[in-house]
Amino acid sequence: MSAVRTLATARRVLLQLRHDPRTIALMLLVPCVLETLLRLIYARHHAIFDQVGGPLLAFFPLTTVFLVTSIALLRERVTGTLERLLTSPLGRLELLGGYALSFGLFATAQAIVVCALTLGPLGLRVQGPVALLVVLAVCVALLGTGLGLLASAFARTEFQVVQFFPLIILPQLLLCGLIVARDRMPSVLHAISDALPLSYAVDGMHHLSRQVGAGGAVIADIAIVLAFAAGALMLGAATLRRQTD
Amino acid sequence: MTAPRIATARTDTPSRPSRVDAVRFERVTVERGGRDVLRDIDASFAAGRVTGLFGPSGSGKSTMIRAIAGVQSRVRGSVTVLGERPGVMAVRRALGYMTQSPSVYDDLTVAENVRYFAAIRGGEVGDVLDRVQLGPHAKQLVRNLSGGQRARVSLATALVGRPRLLLLDEPTVGLDPLLRRDLWHLFRELAGEGAALLVSSHVLDEARHCDEVILLREGRIVAQLSPAELSARTGTDDMDEAFIRLIEQR
Repeated sequence: MSAVRTLATARRVLLQLRHDPRTIALMLLVPCVLETLLRLIYARHHAIFDQVGGPLLAFFPLTTVFLVTSIALLRERVTGTLERLLTSPLGRLELLGGYALSFGLFATAQAIVVCALTLGPLGLRVQGPVALLVVLAVCVALLGTGLGLLASAFARTEFQVVQFFPLIILPQLLLCGLIVARDRMPSVLHAISDALPLSYAVDGMHHLSRQVGAGGAVIADIAIVLAFAAGALMLGAATLRRQTD
Repeated sequence: MTAPRIATARTDTPSRPSRVDAVRFERVTVERGGRDVLRDIDASFAAGRVTGLFGPSGSGKSTMIRAIAGVQSRVRGSVTVLGERPGVMAVRRALGYMTQSPSVYDDLTVAENVRYFAAIRGGEVGDVLDRVQLGPHAKQLVRNLSGGQRARVSLATALVGRPRLLLLDEPTVGLDPLLRRDLWHLFRELAGEGAALLVSSHVLDEARHCDEVILLREGRIVAQLSPAELSARTGTDDMDEAFIRLIEQR
């Protein structure tokens, strides 16, 4: 694996984003707007805001990075740049490494901006270390990269690929414990939610917001999210086949 | 034209053992969508020359190029590229591949596109942009360019890093005649520097710019010969007419 080629790819992806300032603005502002909205909805129930606002911090990077990755990689497949890259010395893992690195960096920026607003002016109360919150958000972004890559393999058009969002992401949101605590779900649904990565990200956020000194439990959740991210990236790498019809 | 004549005029067995082949096809058949788009292809071409790949749309030109690039599935028979199998690292390091539709990043500038491919291949950006006459457009976003300019960005990214083997799929299509002439001069220069070039086109008239042409029709090779041999065998300088006569002779 070549660091030069991985970094060149990360740089290229970030340059593409830079030429699209509207997308950057949307990716940074929309989570802020939603957290503000949530704060206003629960203006008189600050405790509920604490419960819901935290887990949503882990949800935003999943949505933004999933959508951007799935469309970016679909474009690479459709426009032929992927085919061309696969005839160059660039390896598949270098390509994916570049994507993961650039979106990981972007998710870090997003997490810092959204956390600054949510923990500052909006007054979300968190017991655990804020740094872990940012780390968790970045790991969720890597998961978004992996899932987006997988989705891009099963779509031929951009219309199709955005439909994978309600298919892959929304069930995770329903089952992750945000609406009903996971241990109060019917056992079948609980079992399913155990198999979904967002559940662990939200568990981690719950630990962070409720308990002082929950570092160990959060790190375990982060490790599980990372394992899912690595699995999705590996499965996605397998879909980048050099030879096509 | 400056195309050197080839001493032997064998067209039925195009591989010439006396030279070192950059690429060699032996009994290659490619199936796509339930039918053979290439049938029993035997062909080869050498470094230091411009080899043209000519034939109508759908004759199998792109499939042949993709088989050399190592991205075509269901290839039967043997394709040898620089002494190796297609797609191995040694070949990918030496290969510049321009796909038929421009495969570049629309949301990057011309220079950023070229720089990315330079970084991947470990080459220099150098004078590539000047060679394809895009120097003045270096800082423009590709999405704001014309179709012909985008095709040249695609060409530039294939040329970067001085590849030993260049596969150019219809690089001159849609360009104005002056630019087309300049590009064929550029191909000749690159061959002079020792590269092996395979350049496809459906405009038979462009065959005159090549050292040798491979003529494809319906997935089969009609002939492999120099433009001079083609004229001599068919008794015409009109390349379209020569192609027709060649098919009728068979």
